[in-house]
Amino acid sequence: MSDAVGDAGFDDWLDAAAEGEADALECPEGHGSLPPRHVCPECGATDLTAVPLPDTGTIETFTVTHVPTPAFEDDAPYATAIADFGPVRITGQVVNADLETVENGLEVALEVTVSETTGERVLGFEPA
Amino acid sequence: MSDVRVAGTGVTPFGSTPERTSRDLFARASQTAFEDSDVPRDDVEAVFYGNFMGELAEHQGHQGPLMAEAAGVQAPATRYESACASSGAAIREAVVRIRNGEADVVLVGGAERMTNLGTAGATEALAIAADDLWEVRAGMTFPGAYALMAQAYFEEYGGEHEDLAHIAVKNHENALTNDKAQYQSAIEVSDVLEAPQVSSPLGLYDSCPISDGAAALVLTSEDYAEDNDLEAPVAITGTGQGGDRMALHDREYLARSPAAREAGAEAYDDAGIDASAVDFAEVHDCFTIAEVLAIEALDIAGVGEGISAARDGRTTADGETPVNLSGGLKAKGHPVGATGASQIAEAATLLSGDHPNSEFVADATTALAHNAGGTVASATVHVLAEVEP
Repeated sequence: MSDAVGDAGFDDWLDAAAEGEADALECPEGHGSLPPRHVCPECGATDLTAVPLPDTGTIETFTVTHVPTPAFEDDAPYATAIADFGPVRITGQVVNADLETVENGLEVALEVTVSETTGERVLGFEPA
Repeated sequence: MSDVRVAGTGVTPFGSTPERTSRDLFARASQTAFEDSDVPRDDVEAVFYGNFMGELAEHQGHQGPLMAEAAGVQAPATRYESACASSGAAIREAVVRIRNGEADVVLVGGAERMTNLGTAGATEALAIAADDLWEVRAGMTFPGAYALMAQAYFEEYGGEHEDLAHIAVKNHENALTNDKAQYQSAIEVSDVLEAPQVSSPLGLYDSCPISDGAAALVLTSEDYAEDNDLEAPVAITGTGQGGDRMALHDREYLARSPAAREAGAEAYDDAGIDASAVDFAEVHDCFTIAEVLAIEALDIAGVGEGISAARDGRTTADGETPVNLSGGLKAKGHPVGATGASQIAEAATLLSGDHPNSEFVADATTALAHNAGGTVASATVHVLAEVEP
């Protein structure tokens, strides 16, 4: 989305991730979630605190997309993965890696990158 | 509580008619449904209409009244949107309304115009069923999301692409005699395995097509059907709906569909049956892996066992529990907002003996229809039963 108006919470999180300071939100029961949140989506608790994410996460599943949406036309083929970062799982694009080397169990770090198609920021992972 | 009767069904051919508006498509489907039902339009008390991407495809919001008008009905009308489960959700509302005694006759269905967007445009439109901030902006497409589930399934339970290929082959085979189907062509396992990749491990033949089409049902109360001597031999005896976290990464399991399990359990309980009573099912196979996850969630196959069901012949037309005798979304096509209603139409005609594939389920009395939204953050399940004369 190339709106001049940003998305509060999400854009701030990307800014923090780019600085290596991304947080997750955690409720007293230990349920993790991603912002913007006012309530824990698992249990309804409103007492959410920011906890730092670990430096690396582990890929749990991935795919290589050959037919993208127009916003990623020039990026394809690219790998998308879901990685476990402890309190939360995150979906990201795997960058700085040969597509053949992407596999379950791969340790990755957050890497905020940009779409080759639109220049917009993209939440990514790179091998740790 | 009154059972809900399926008095009439109407489905347009599914396929590529990019120039046809959804109001045109829904008018055709509802005309067929009214003709089939012998119910006068004046008796309709409410219209429930499912549609997903009308704003993007046709720049059209507020579609309820528009579709009532297209159908020639003067009644309050509401659009339901729950991604690919839009008309399943509309049907559930119609069933509840009739059971509550608030209406005796309801027109329900859905339509989608998609092919005018082209492949890239339709891919973009379908993607909005996912979490825009946390999934779509990372490049996740709709096929990509199901590919993530397929890969997670293989990792957790085993199986391979060839198992999925047998599902595509089966559903194409089932569609050969369905003249409403987008694809009436047989394919082989090798065609699936050699097809261009869309999002690994899923290829072109693992994916349902982009489709235009509409489906409509005239549903009535049992009393109305009997008082008016309607030919309405099939009842909707159970309804259920389930929900889950929006983003796939926020779910406890990446290779299961708890929302479908919840919807199925509720529908079974509502109908007073369990999965063993199901003679055949229409399930939401937007991708081959989706059929696996659906039949496991509905207890037609055990967890981890759905992957081999088509390959082993358990869900083929001559199998123990045929799945997607219509051809499914895979071969029949998937005009998103029409799919849930078309599943009910297919299942009802299969039960009543009026479907080209009815011969495979000649003794059947009970059928299931499962409609899923997004990566199954929403799901509806309906039980259909033949009414004893």
